[in-house]
Amino acid sequence: MDKHIRVPMDKETAKSLRSGDYVYLTGTVYTARDAAHKRMDETLREGGDLPFDVKGQVIYYMGPSPARDGRPIGSAGPTTASRMDKYTPQLLDLGLGAMIGKGKRSPEVIEGIVRNGAVYLAAVGGAGALLSKCITASEVIAYDDLGTEAIRRLEIEDFPVVVVIDSEGSNLYETAADEYRQTGESEK
Amino acid sequence: MIRTVEVKEITENIREMCIEANHFLAPDMGRALDRAVVSERSPLGRKILEQLEENLEIAAEDMIPICQDTGMAVVFIEIGQDVHLEGGDLEDAVNEGVRRGYVEGFLRKSVVRDPLIRENTKDNTPAVIHTRIVPGGQIKITVAPKGFGSENMSRIFMLKPAEGIEGVKNSVITAVQDAGPNACPPMVVGVGIGGTFEKCALLAKEALTREAGSHSPIPYVKEMEEELLERINGLGIGPGGLGGTTTALAVNINTYPTHIAGLPVAVNICCHVNRHITRVI
Repeated sequence: MDKHIRVPMDKETAKSLRSGDYVYLTGTVYTARDAAHKRMDETLREGGDLPFDVKGQVIYYMGPSPARDGRPIGSAGPTTASRMDKYTPQLLDLGLGAMIGKGKRSPEVIEGIVRNGAVYLAAVGGAGALLSKCITASEVIAYDDLGTEAIRRLEIEDFPVVVVIDSEGSNLYETAADEYRQTGESEK
Repeated sequence: MIRTVEVKEITENIREMCIEANHFLAPDMGRALDRAVVSERSPLGRKILEQLEENLEIAAEDMIPICQDTGMAVVFIEIGQDVHLEGGDLEDAVNEGVRRGYVEGFLRKSVVRDPLIRENTKDNTPAVIHTRIVPGGQIKITVAPKGFGSENMSRIFMLKPAEGIEGVKNSVITAVQDAGPNACPPMVVGVGIGGTFEKCALLAKEALTREAGSHSPIPYVKEMEEELLERINGLGIGPGGLGGTTTALAVNINTYPTHIAGLPVAVNICCHVNRHITRVI
């Protein structure tokens, strides 16, 4: 089912999303990938404050290519989410509302999603040019020295994603593959 | 007769090839994707494939890289033994081409100088360079920028000879199944069988640069390519990993002689873009 929602989203909205929903997001999200997560983790260990309050926010696992003149951003598709798994449960426990990425998540992340009523969304991997057209503004807000891995605040408009893991832990990567798996090919 | 080539000519070609490979899909991959849009059974899968086609149009028209991960530049160079290179060091010339391509082409700089210290080199160098000396007086260059969403899902299996062809097939299926949605399916699966540990990895990488839809000249290998493609598409992973009948666009297998005690198998997985471009100078 296609839905249009505003981000950041409240808990009720997150809980209304179901694995398999096709959703267009409009509003504000923050980018962070490997190096930014590592740094946020170090900050939390030292008892410091994160560069932005993650409560209710959306993190997009993405490091863009450089913007050409006159454009807000370059190619901007999702990176593989599992590399952030190690750092994710604590962010979920701090109130992180949703993540956009691609690929599988660990059991610990899925537990964190369910425990906190969050949601994991997938954007199409390898569609960075198309997705860049849904980004209207981009501003580096922290870790500028990390280049493409800096934390950016993005304004997005009708940004297409699919709900993969919903707040009840239903996982589209498992259910959808079951539907199209031919007999004889066993599930791992 | 000795032919003299200035290395700056190699630099300029590599600069152009890095930019071209990251903005324009190779024709063989375009044909494979067109076929998939028609054959895909899942409505969501078709929608994803259509998005990928739209993405390619936007990339080419607006000069936005097809994917933000513009890769680590893998460069294969076959140098004819009658060629004399002048004007500098060959590897420096290749890296200078990569540097100019990635900086001038607005491509992402994704290379870190040390694998553990992880400081970005800021110009995407160095490239991974494979050179071969061949007969003749030409230079053949292939540039294949490799993204790491799929590279991370690649595997090497050192099988026992007794595991035979079934062992090889199971290794490929295992690697693809484990890669699942992480490798940006529909994927291209490059397989190397034989050689030594490093040779079979190189065979798998080279297999990715072979035209999608082409087949090995060895009959049993061709059969295995066809059978594996069908089995992989029966896994249900589908476009974007969201379910469907298009999990791979091609399975390319290259083989090489090996040792009496061994059966190495490498599976190098690539996404649906499978950037590769070749020029002969």
